[in-house]
Amino acid sequence: MLSRTADHLFWMSRYIERAENIARMLDVNYRMSMVPQADGGVDAGWGATLSITGLEDAFRVKHPAATMDAVLEFMVFDGTNPSSILSCLRMARENAHAVRGTITSEMWETTNDTWLKMRDYPHWKLAGSEIGEFFEWVKFRSHLSRGVTLGTMLRDEAFHFIRLGTFLERADATARFIDVKYHMLVDGAAPPDEAADYYQWSALLRSVSAFEVYRKVYRDLITPVKVAELLILNDQMPRSLRTSMGEVHENLLAVSNYRSTETERRAGELEANLRFGRIEDVFARGLHEYLTQFIVRANDLGNRISDDFLVPMSSS
Amino acid sequence: MANPSSIYDEMNGADGSVRGHYAGYKKWLAETPPERIAQKRAEADLVFHRVGITFAVYGEEEGKERLIPFDVVPRIIPAQEWKQLAAGLRQRVKALNMFLHDVYHDHEIIKAGKVPAEQILSNSQYRPEMQGVDVPGGIYAHIAGVDVVRAGAGEFYVLEDNLRVPSGVSYMLEDRRMMMRLFPELFSRYRVAPVEHYPDMLLANLRAVAPIGVTDPTVAVLTPGAYNSAYFEHAFLAQQMGVELVEGQDLFVRDEQLFMRTTQGPRRVDVIYRRIDDDFLDPLAFRPDSMLGVPGLLQVYRAGRVTLANAIGTGVADDKSIYPYVPDMIRFYLGEEPLLNNVPTFMCRKKEDLAYVLAHLDELVVKETHGAGGYGMLIGPRASKDEIERFRQLIIESPERYIAQPTLALSACPTFVDAGIAPRHIDLRPFVLSGKDINMVPGGLTRVALREGSLVVNSSQGGGTKDTWVLEV
Repeated sequence: MLSRTADHLFWMSRYIERAENIARMLDVNYRMSMVPQADGGVDAGWGATLSITGLEDAFRVKHPAATMDAVLEFMVFDGTNPSSILSCLRMARENAHAVRGTITSEMWETTNDTWLKMRDYPHWKLAGSEIGEFFEWVKFRSHLSRGVTLGTMLRDEAFHFIRLGTFLERADATARFIDVKYHMLVDGAAPPDEAADYYQWSALLRSVSAFEVYRKVYRDLITPVKVAELLILNDQMPRSLRTSMGEVHENLLAVSNYRSTETERRAGELEANLRFGRIEDVFARGLHEYLTQFIVRANDLGNRISDDFLVPMSSS
Repeated sequence: MANPSSIYDEMNGADGSVRGHYAGYKKWLAETPPERIAQKRAEADLVFHRVGITFAVYGEEEGKERLIPFDVVPRIIPAQEWKQLAAGLRQRVKALNMFLHDVYHDHEIIKAGKVPAEQILSNSQYRPEMQGVDVPGGIYAHIAGVDVVRAGAGEFYVLEDNLRVPSGVSYMLEDRRMMMRLFPELFSRYRVAPVEHYPDMLLANLRAVAPIGVTDPTVAVLTPGAYNSAYFEHAFLAQQMGVELVEGQDLFVRDEQLFMRTTQGPRRVDVIYRRIDDDFLDPLAFRPDSMLGVPGLLQVYRAGRVTLANAIGTGVADDKSIYPYVPDMIRFYLGEEPLLNNVPTFMCRKKEDLAYVLAHLDELVVKETHGAGGYGMLIGPRASKDEIERFRQLIIESPERYIAQPTLALSACPTFVDAGIAPRHIDLRPFVLSGKDINMVPGGLTRVALREGSLVVNSSQGGGTKDTWVLEV
């Protein structure tokens, strides 16, 4: 397959996954904002969504304060923000457009249709009670996109590069979600408030569709360590780091070429760490440091995949 | 301008009676509730939008894509009429390929005094780089999109030969798919010759012209990229043929071979169906600012290590200043009388023709010799005084850049418009493939000028398309 084609496929699915994760993050924060909180708690939550995406500076240039309306406008509709849902869905569509001969017509139609609806989505709807509906819509378009991939794509290289994009992006997003929530809850200056904490932890679980999953797996009260274990190490939880890296490694092996040996080794090593890791050790080392390391290593994999397959620098 | 009553209507005779091959359709139309057709037309719009069969229009808001209007009334061609047309197209394209071989080899036609040397050798479309280069099978125009119009019963004229990178075949295929989806019952009433095998035919044709010695050639479609107005078609054809769709940046030349960059390393390419103009193919040989081409491609091509379809330099044969000589080419190379008519053409570079043209601007169609796409032309009978004067100045300044033709009474076909069904002018672009043999699928792309009275069918000028049915009996 053409390197450029693989590049478009990889980024197409990455952007769809990114749009979904941003919707998840905003959705949970929106729900949290309805729970009674200490003064400033609501805005702190919206500020945290910006720090997950690393966009505080770009945001401050345009908006004086991280209010709900300002953050939503910036993260949903702002075409100049490369990480807004609008931008992600546009980039997904542009990447799909460039390889529409490689993907199935169902895939192209799904991606194109998502973009057309997003482009025409009335802004006022976000101000009203339909905001939750919008986030659901984004999530379901992403589900649909993955479903169409699984249901219609030949299991060839194209499929594997699409899956690589999805899971590398998901690994990164889940790691950031956990990191920011823990930072707010455990390292934050706010005094521990049992009731609020319950909602914060359950919010983190909900943001990755893991609330019911937690109950099923642990049949126990929600505790920070178990939440981290579920989202980092559990091999049955579809959005955990462990599952995501397992998919990354597997799909990478499927496209292996004459220069990707070192990349495969690093992916395998990262997966092995998660497979054999213990949550006690993670906390002993420091969760924040662990997650930061993980994000750096996932990012390194992304760069290496790009060099080995997608944008080979030399012509040899 | 021909008076409206003299215009040939594809469905209805001059006395108002329906033509035999349209009788079944007209009956179906009368029986079908208008709401059902309206609903089907809306469905067609929706599907075309979702599938993204759109095209970009130059000069409009950047990246903006528009739908080419699709009309649900088919253009029907009886079997016998198509047989005559097909024979004429074969003959014409065969002669044009022989002409191109001659132009880039021994210049027999010039020596015989049939075409003036300067018309060929000073033509901006003539590529001296191709002189003496042998191409597989002596085929230059592998894909020709010959524009044909009907003036009267059995009276067909060729308007343009389009031997460079003719487009539109994807609309031919999608229009058929759409008609079968919307009105399956019509296809059980009529025996319509299939066109769906065009991509297979094209692939076989491209493989047949691979460089000598290559037994299992790798074919690729070369596109300028996703922002090109015909990108949909490039992607569509690559997908339908199951070959890679490449851009210039995906290709590179090493050791006199052409390669593409793949996830498994470099891979050799043998045949390029290129949808990029000559000028942009190789920045080392042609336009140095081209970001679309492949440095060194011309050298590999001249060495016979890759086939380009169409060949470089075919523009010298479909240029409007060469067009008037095509009937003589047919006589010269094939020793046959042309089966299809040429439109009488005044060449402004000739003194006597120029005088006639300037005196009759209000009756003539004036075209730029190198123009395409319906840009830069004057339709005398419909033009304002100012426009006519503007063209008069342009022609006087550089007469060699213009030709003029009488306004043809193009046939019209009933078409859905705001007010119901009304006749609109149409043309036909059959796609003629030349490789080991000359092949084409029955019919082609029918374009329709949607504005009342308009003769310009180009999609960039508000034209639409129709499904084209060649009947099997």
